[in-house]
Amino acid sequence: MCEQKIDAIIEKYRGQPGSLIHALVEIQHENHWLPREVLQRLADALGVSFSQVMQIASFYKTFSLTPKGRHEVHVCSGMTCHLRGAAKLLAKVEEITGLKAGETDADSRFTLETGACLGSCSIAPELIVDGKHYGRMTPDQAEDVLKRYE
Amino acid sequence: MTMLKLNSAAELEELRARILAGRDPAKPCIAVCAGAACDGMDSAAVAAAFLAEVGRQQLGERLELRTTGCHGYCEKGPNVVVTPGEICYFEVAPADVPEIVAATLKGEVVERLVYHDPASGAPAVHMNEVPFYKHQTRLLIGDNPKIDPMKIDDYLAVGGYAALVKALTEMSPDQVLDEVKRANLRGRGGGGFPAGSKWETTKNAPEKTKYVIVNGHEGESAAFMDRAMLTGNPHKVLEGLIIGAYAIGAQRGFMYTRHDMPLLEKHVRNALAQAKEYGLLGENILGSGFSLEVELHFDVGIFVSGESSALMRSIEGNAPEPRPKYVRTSVSGIWDKPSNLNNVETWANVPQIISRGAEWFTSIGSEKSKGTKLISLSGNVVNSGVVEVPMGTPLRTLVFDIGGGVRDGKTLKAIHFGGAMGGSIPASLLDAPLDFDGMSKLGAPIGAGGLLLMDEDTDMVEVARYLMDFLTKESCGKCVPCREGMQQMLQTLTRLTEGRGRQGDLELLEDLAEVTGLGSLCALGKTSGDPLKSMFRYFRPEYEARIPDRAAGGSGDQK
Repeated sequence: MCEQKIDAIIEKYRGQPGSLIHALVEIQHENHWLPREVLQRLADALGVSFSQVMQIASFYKTFSLTPKGRHEVHVCSGMTCHLRGAAKLLAKVEEITGLKAGETDADSRFTLETGACLGSCSIAPELIVDGKHYGRMTPDQAEDVLKRYE
Repeated sequence: MTMLKLNSAAELEELRARILAGRDPAKPCIAVCAGAACDGMDSAAVAAAFLAEVGRQQLGERLELRTTGCHGYCEKGPNVVVTPGEICYFEVAPADVPEIVAATLKGEVVERLVYHDPASGAPAVHMNEVPFYKHQTRLLIGDNPKIDPMKIDDYLAVGGYAALVKALTEMSPDQVLDEVKRANLRGRGGGGFPAGSKWETTKNAPEKTKYVIVNGHEGESAAFMDRAMLTGNPHKVLEGLIIGAYAIGAQRGFMYTRHDMPLLEKHVRNALAQAKEYGLLGENILGSGFSLEVELHFDVGIFVSGESSALMRSIEGNAPEPRPKYVRTSVSGIWDKPSNLNNVETWANVPQIISRGAEWFTSIGSEKSKGTKLISLSGNVVNSGVVEVPMGTPLRTLVFDIGGGVRDGKTLKAIHFGGAMGGSIPASLLDAPLDFDGMSKLGAPIGAGGLLLMDEDTDMVEVARYLMDFLTKESCGKCVPCREGMQQMLQTLTRLTEGRGRQGDLELLEDLAEVTGLGSLCALGKTSGDPLKSMFRYFRPEYEARIPDRAAGGSGDQK
């Protein structure tokens, strides 16, 4: 985690309680999860209660209160992906990683997520690793893709 | 180039004239699509290859390159369009680039990369000959291939901000409002509520502080047209918003959109900054005395935050729980101030209504639904992509003429409109026109415009289960009937799909759908049972087949 960058984000919003979500989004993007002590410092800096920070941080799906793996693997569960074979793709990815959606492996290699919809339905079903899209994925191709991420 | 603040409409028109004078319409331009699907097929590598080729041959003087937003025909990405002539190349790979450059310089066409009819093999070279495009009326999305979304000058070159100039210099706020009301512009986000009436409510609300909001949340599954619009042509949406704020008398605007699309964020941020530099946002816009500030906000990953009152809570920095709407958000919204919210596509329609007038706008579309509609066409369709057609267009045109029918030679079983709160209708109703009210009556409201084809193999019980599973994860949990009712419906549907149906399950589902709808505050809960209702209306035998027949000694797990 880069303490300086997080501190800079917290400082940017000091004294602005209305900017809680903005600050959380930036910290999440930077650090990939929200440690408790960071949330406490953010609450103090913005002048909101810790419980309010937790309400927001635990409500929205984007925020993670637990550490994530080095690589975020996302299988789109949107309607078109569903109609075009996302279930089989997800089953294969679960088998390869040994994870269910929301889990991180013991080596912190992968975090598996599902969710809808990323809007590139024309290339369904889709696998996204660290933001890079892999369209029209077959279960076999997914195996090759995941091998590239250590 | 440093940008100068424009202090009057005349200065804007001078700038536009200078931009146009610096451009040669005869100079070939190669536009590479960087829309969501093309990007997923690595169109960035294609764009980089063009840049490298032009650099290698030092062709900068003879050839223009442009990276653009979504062209529309996502199925065949990466898309490349060459002007003049709008020559369309599909499924372009980096290796194809030298050939395209060479042909373009000679005024020739790379035959092997153009569209070929799957049956006859006949080629279609120009955009207006390609079946996917030629049945469309691309008033909103049509500029996308002509614009680099990072360049405000590209938008000015196609006539951008002329409607704002007209509104600020030739029309009073009341006249602008009147024009939009007479155009009968209906909200494109799902409700189909007249935008003009909504504007008027906010305008007439007693509070002096008023807000305008672009809803670019687009949480509906398999809907991607708003992203295509906002990412590909952010200034068109912004121009509509500024005109609306002028009519309403709002001082502050909010763009609320997705956090998970880096390109969308980059383009919108850049558009706001450029508009501000030119003086199209901020204090005293074009010397008119009208001022507006616009800021960007993000949804952080829950469907219900697209609901208007929830969205406004989210902008305030709170959890996105909808509230009862005894008082509309147009009267009491963000920080309890009158707040007018419209969807991306609704705002994008405003500039052309002001430029070309309500009479022109109402000449397009059906009796009660005017203008065009953006549709995200996907599912088991041959040609998926972003489509724009006049309201009233028969669904058959969308599905077959534009969509090319069903993939893999299968037959069409149903079409589904409106995502998880929409509905499915059988293929036999395909002659129905695309119309807000007509489609609602059929049980498949247009919603935001996500249209899915489902082929003969589709299990309609499984579709309902899938949609309910999506909604249970997206409910904010505030209303118990929504939170618990949907959970019960999901359990029952799961039982049916797993062959464990019980006597009475269908009646139970009907009851739950009814009660959940009645007992929930916002549209998520209210319409959560709608897909199921459409299924019972048109596909009931499929559901009945999942209930074991007691007389026949069915194997269902019965109490």
